Amino acid sequence: MTAVKIPVEKWPGAVREVTLGSSYGAGTRTSTVTVGGETALPFLGFEGALPHRPALAVEVVDMEPGDWSPELVAAWGKDLSDPARWAARAVEEGADLIALKLRSCHPDFGDRSATDVCRTVDRVLAAVGVPLIVYGPGTADKDNEVLVAVAEATKGEQLALGLCEEKNYRTIVAAALGNGHLVIAQTPIDVNLAKQLNILISDMRLPLERVLMDPTTGALGYGLEYTYSVMERLRLAALMGDAMTQLPMICTVGEEAWRQKEGRAAADVPEAWGELAERGVSWEVTTAMTLLDAGADILVLRHPSSVSALREALDDLTKGA
Amino acid sequence: MALTGLEIFKLLPKTNCKECGFPTCLAFAMKLSQKATELDKCPSVSDEAKTALDAAATPPIKLVAIGSGERAFEIGNEVVLYRHEKTFYHQPGLVVRVKSDDPQLAEVAGRVAGYEVERVGMTLRLDGLAVEHAGGDAATYAAAVAAAGAAAPGLPLVLISGDAAAIDAALSGGAAADRPLVHAATAANWQAMADVAKKHGCPLAIRAEAGDLAGLVDLSENVRGAGVEDLVLDPGTAGLAGDLAAFTQLRRLALKKGARALGYPIVAVAGGATWQAELARATQAVAKYAGVVIIDHLEPAAVYALLTLRQNIYTDPQKPIQMEPKLYEIGSVGADSPVLITTNFSLTYFSVAGEVEGAGVPAWLLVADSDGQSVLTAWAAGKFDAEKIAKTVKDSGIESRISHKKLVIPGHVAGLSGEVEEELPGWQIMVGPRDAVDIPNYVKNVWGA
Repeated sequence: MTAVKIPVEKWPGAVREVTLGSSYGAGTRTSTVTVGGETALPFLGFEGALPHRPALAVEVVDMEPGDWSPELVAAWGKDLSDPARWAARAVEEGADLIALKLRSCHPDFGDRSATDVCRTVDRVLAAVGVPLIVYGPGTADKDNEVLVAVAEATKGEQLALGLCEEKNYRTIVAAALGNGHLVIAQTPIDVNLAKQLNILISDMRLPLERVLMDPTTGALGYGLEYTYSVMERLRLAALMGDAMTQLPMICTVGEEAWRQKEGRAAADVPEAWGELAERGVSWEVTTAMTLLDAGADILVLRHPSSVSALREALDDLTKGA
Repeated sequence: MALTGLEIFKLLPKTNCKECGFPTCLAFAMKLSQKATELDKCPSVSDEAKTALDAAATPPIKLVAIGSGERAFEIGNEVVLYRHEKTFYHQPGLVVRVKSDDPQLAEVAGRVAGYEVERVGMTLRLDGLAVEHAGGDAATYAAAVAAAGAAAPGLPLVLISGDAAAIDAALSGGAAADRPLVHAATAANWQAMADVAKKHGCPLAIRAEAGDLAGLVDLSENVRGAGVEDLVLDPGTAGLAGDLAAFTQLRRLALKKGARALGYPIVAVAGGATWQAELARATQAVAKYAGVVIIDHLEPAAVYALLTLRQNIYTDPQKPIQMEPKLYEIGSVGADSPVLITTNFSLTYFSVAGEVEGAGVPAWLLVADSDGQSVLTAWAAGKFDAEKIAKTVKDSGIESRISHKKLVIPGHVAGLSGEVEEELPGWQIMVGPRDAVDIPNYVKNVWGA
């Protein structure tokens, strides 16, 4: 029998451990989620430590999203109209945490006040024990206003606030810093821009243990390969010891996969595309699996079937770890 | 993996005898590394040095062809672990497995052969059919393979059986002409399998159990010793984590350690109980190093996803896919729909088109030829200037299809608006958002206002 010497890469660097949610002090979470801590490439447990398995977040919107794919509407049914019920159901479906999108305060979608949406955040916090990610509506002015109000109203819960971008990072980081929260630093598919934003954030003295990186997700067929390679490069740099890349990565897979025609169109598409029922979930699962192998630490998903498929895959990927 | 001059020098006798015609062994080594002289010129070279230099001259992962004719595909000859280091060259063949006693065998074969889907101007197809020997004698199996071949002429085949006699019967029955992949030689049957593969000139998969790489090395040496040159490695299946570890180790051993016995493409048997479980495994196999991916479910939605993934992963990172520069219609456009212009970098196009589609406002999207560069890069390189924008508008014929004369240019080139107005007399040039994500708000609230 020939002996094969398995090449083992010893990496000098490690990804930071980041914990979402708190059950201490003002924190009311019954469970927390810790990600990161890797000293090896994704799922290659034979050459380093992989202390935490990647976490699955489910996206919940604070108003019935009228423009979602019919497949998602069918899957969540009436729960779509109540974010608290929706979140509770998501936890039943296997979510490790909830990503709450505060869309109703967007000027185009109701323009609700910060006070109003803070009440929604409270209701969701009361409905589930898992940690929360809270996303603003996605417009600069309103994001700042709403996320600051939410940060103050939920002091001590250790939420992750998003998005924190180059144009608004000062406001969001200050809100996280003063209220014991985390930020999600998003940059557009570029290693250097990601590092630069992390430097700006750490210059404001927010510990990097409270930062998640969002490298910007391209869905399958819509730029996935760019996200994939940027994530591989970020993770390799982290393991080689570049401090400004040593942060866990979060990918908004559900939003991107279900936004594309493949996730939405039930009719008038080529027969080779298959049925929407299978196609939408295929698009989400394939995007998610690919990015897991590139180093994703948190996947934000939309469809319950994708959650169970990814949970099964993660059970297999982390077996014996 | 080419050796450097210094690496070659270490293998030389270091006597500086000058018989090679060079003043020192080091000088000779440097010439060798440049392929400017021959190793035979050294009178006292060791066998070890010869072997090492021979090995360095051959590619670390052998190129193996499966099938014959128009639909044959080549795998292997990869040179990097990560696509950003260079590119992945030979995309994995996606093969559907069917049992030889399946009454629908011929029908499935026809569907596999006929499946095709268009994406960014390319036709994506499945690559082959694997016929797995499910009971019955050699002649029965040969008949099934012949039936599959008849139902899908020209489609490459994978013959799966542990029985060398059955494989021999199928190949002798005519399948050999199409050069199918024979799967697989194992510790138990390798001699007979190697004989059959050699006799018919077919590539041969060697299979160890559950990530046993030492077992693969033994098999590789055995079947190569028996005269088979085109191998494909099957490290067995050990779940997602085990497969990822094994596939990564094989790729590293071939590329970084020059392991000749393992310098072959890999076959991933990704079939699972459900199409969802199978999709996760096949996804990983496409991204991480498989040369052939065998699936069990011909679920069109999953196949479409896998073919798209393969196209994404095997796109050359240095040569991004370009969109055809032309006028695109997003939604049911009319004479009063907005006209936006952008560049023909595929990702730029998809970002913009995706946001316009998401906004629910039908729009004309003009795509200028920027040699596949994004807006800012193209602008900096002079490939997306006022002249190019004006030419794109004029050549597109958009003017006759709309009732207004308003053009939205990307926010990143706001500085061009004056020049574009000069180039396009009568047009109103509007400055759109810098980022695609702000397009929905723009077309809903700014454009019509």
